[in-house]
Amino acid sequence: MKLIFERSREGLRCATIRPLEVSPYEFEKSYVRKDLDLPEVAEVDLARHYTELSHNAFGVDSGFYPLGSCTMKYNPKLNEEIAALPGFAKVHPLQEPSTVQGNMHLMYDLAVSLMELTGMDGMTLQPCAGAHGEFTGLLLIAAYLEARDGKKCKRNKVLVPDTAHGTNPASAVMAGFEVINVKSNAEKGVDLDDLRAKVGPDTAALMLTNPTTLGLFEKNILEIEKIVHDAGGLLYYDGANLNAIMGVVRPGDMGFDVVHLNLHKTFSTPHGGGGPGSGPVGCKQQLVEFLPDPSIIADKKGRFHFVRPKHSIGKVSTFYGNFSVMVKALAYIKTLGRDGLKESAEHAVLNANYMKARLQDIYTAETNRLCMHEFVIDLQKLKNETGVSAKDVAKAMIDRGMHPPTMYFPHIPGVIDEALMIEPTETENKQTLDEAIAVLRELHDMAYSDPQYLKDAPHNMPISRPDEVLAARQPIVKYKA
Amino acid sequence: MSNYLSITQKETEEMFDAIGISKCADLYADIPLSIKNKPPFNIEKGKSHQQVMDEMAAYAEENTVFKTIMRGAGAYDHYIPSVVKYLSSRSEFLTAYTPYQAELSQGILQSIFEFQTMICSLTGMEVANASVYDGSSAAAEAAFMCVEKDRRVILVPSNVKPQVVQTINTYLRRRNITVKVLGEEEGFVKNGKVDIAALERALNDETACVYFEQPNYFGLIEDAEHICEAVHSKGCKVIMGCNPMTLALLKSPGECGADIAVGDAQPFGLNIAFGGPYLGFMATHTDKETMRRMPGRIVGETKDDKGRRCFVLTLQGREQHIRREKALSNICSNQAHCALVASMYLAAMGKQGLRDVALSCTSLAHYAAQEFTKKGKTTLKFNGEYFHEFVTVSPLKATKIVEKCAKMGILAGLPIGKNEILWCFTEKVRKEDIDRVAALFN
Repeated sequence: MKLIFERSREGLRCATIRPLEVSPYEFEKSYVRKDLDLPEVAEVDLARHYTELSHNAFGVDSGFYPLGSCTMKYNPKLNEEIAALPGFAKVHPLQEPSTVQGNMHLMYDLAVSLMELTGMDGMTLQPCAGAHGEFTGLLLIAAYLEARDGKKCKRNKVLVPDTAHGTNPASAVMAGFEVINVKSNAEKGVDLDDLRAKVGPDTAALMLTNPTTLGLFEKNILEIEKIVHDAGGLLYYDGANLNAIMGVVRPGDMGFDVVHLNLHKTFSTPHGGGGPGSGPVGCKQQLVEFLPDPSIIADKKGRFHFVRPKHSIGKVSTFYGNFSVMVKALAYIKTLGRDGLKESAEHAVLNANYMKARLQDIYTAETNRLCMHEFVIDLQKLKNETGVSAKDVAKAMIDRGMHPPTMYFPHIPGVIDEALMIEPTETENKQTLDEAIAVLRELHDMAYSDPQYLKDAPHNMPISRPDEVLAARQPIVKYKA
Repeated sequence: MSNYLSITQKETEEMFDAIGISKCADLYADIPLSIKNKPPFNIEKGKSHQQVMDEMAAYAEENTVFKTIMRGAGAYDHYIPSVVKYLSSRSEFLTAYTPYQAELSQGILQSIFEFQTMICSLTGMEVANASVYDGSSAAAEAAFMCVEKDRRVILVPSNVKPQVVQTINTYLRRRNITVKVLGEEEGFVKNGKVDIAALERALNDETACVYFEQPNYFGLIEDAEHICEAVHSKGCKVIMGCNPMTLALLKSPGECGADIAVGDAQPFGLNIAFGGPYLGFMATHTDKETMRRMPGRIVGETKDDKGRRCFVLTLQGREQHIRREKALSNICSNQAHCALVASMYLAAMGKQGLRDVALSCTSLAHYAAQEFTKKGKTTLKFNGEYFHEFVTVSPLKATKIVEKCAKMGILAGLPIGKNEILWCFTEKVRKEDIDRVAALFN
């Protein structure tokens, strides 16, 4: 594919604006830049270019996308049209509050719905992604603990299971904590003995995903809650996997104090090739006064106001967060309603269990238990016997018109080294699941009959496997003519 | 009553059989009964698509959409070409995930590579990332990049956008880093601009970096080259926060000598959308140390095993999914689709078009300033050179002017004092509207 710069020809124009209605202003030479190198293309060139790029991209609309932990469910078109309404898209963030009551109302209603779903007492919509939410949530915890325990507060450690998303430990460090890893038990849940050994007067919080990153409900959650709370720490809920249990059980009822959600996963807003997402953070009553600035409150007359929470941690982004994403999420919640949300969770779990049931005779599933919305297969045995790795199977799936599952996560060296994490989501139908099952079974056989074919996959894409080492060793990160 | 499932009752039952269960509730046996299905679940029943459209439109209708916007202060209302709206909404772009699987994501990866190239071109830098959340988080992440073991003070003049300072503070407060905001009282900001002599006095061997904005919050053009020179002479780094639209005409951060360029690229084709999603950008030099401290996704060019040019996410050793607690940032999802929109916008406007837009903004602003101050009752607060934003001081109350403009369908500038307004002009503003507002002043 040509780069846009390679389509450029001097003097071509695409979009144009109204001629100047006033006399042109000229800056003194000392202010003015030398040169500006941008593409020069006609509109047809531009349309062809980006259409070609889109043909070499793969979205949920293109096909099955069982990317574990990412919840690639269908993104409704209705929500896109709603978010583009001028009343949302053409409103300035610093307009007088009396002129943006609709947006404030919408954010208030979304926050209330999310509080209902998670069992929380307060909610901020300001974080722009899940990791941003984790960081915000941990800052809340830090601020609360300092206020609770006073200056002598020595709770500087955050406990993180060894199966946690990489963002958990990274966020904890950004929020000024030290990370303590907690081991997994045989079922890849939290090892309670290890947890008991590691909690103490220095514990700020335990970060937990439930269902876990292995796609299993943490059965010992109430015991874990007691251990952490008895030690004076808080419980942080990583909402990456909320899709399995939304409407069935609430993190707040499990004992979590702080929750972040991913609107771009659970609430069907599109991922956009890597964002924008939205990572609201909810908390229990005792943490509400620390939420980011501003919060929105409603008065008795039904007017909405921006207020700074009494002991706010401050701002985490420029304005109020990724507003358009919030609009889409509220439209989704309104469409599904309380029953539809629960039904979606149930079908997400049903789809995952169906695939697992039909694959676990040949692939090693991480558990014989019923899974939640996703499951992990470990290809170590296949690799030992055939040399075909998780990556090889994943790449071969691409040839069959599917996005591969998440590879090599979770990764516990020596325990799980060849993971594929499969999350079908609720919006896939049985035919799609059956096709995927057939493909995975066929690839398993092929690993024994023709392993090289898998090692060379994909065969039918515009490129074969890229040389990642070369890219990192001699970085070329921009185009040079 | 609506959902987005695609399954029949018969299929559901076949799946139950394959799993060995009889109902969905059986799937949740692991959840303790004491916490399961707990009321209240105070969310309404599902609604039809048509009802949802009506209800959502009702929120939108509660807002005032101004025909003309003369307010900026971090959110800029520019013309967005139709071709950008249409092409960027293609669902292959919109519904894709982060391009971890390069073989089926070349389109996304190439678009990011093109975005990086355009940002480098505008900023005069060598490497840009695939985006961060917004201009504020970009500034905060950049400040952290500059911190060293014994250089832990960040200097920020008080004439930058207030939200940016607040965000930098939130980001760095718990990392044993001091953010010092210096203003007029310290003599650090004079006549709205950074005072170079005061800046030199404020720097010492504990200073990691200085963050300043070009143009600054008041719209004034800083003496960027001298700021960079002064800061470098004390061995510190400079982060230059830019409104990228101004870079169509003004000297780039690279030309001025900045170490890191950051900003919000919302002006490039993104709706003001009540504050988001916007687009934080970051660019810097390619010395290994700096590049490896840069947060976020970076796309690099490489070859496949047949020697064909292709693109991959690269230098991933910096990132959280590899480094976990040793990562320098936790960023994962960014604003990729906004970056796609911005690169489409830049390609659509092109070299000349972007200059036209920037020239129009600054020309209209200078015309407006001249007309607003014509009778001498209203004056400009600062006498420095500006781009497309400026501050007026007027005997009329700022809120009064805002009200009067609103009656004409115009969103006036942002009141920043009892009698002070920060105005912004883009190519969307008509001369006749400027004349109508000028009449209020004169």
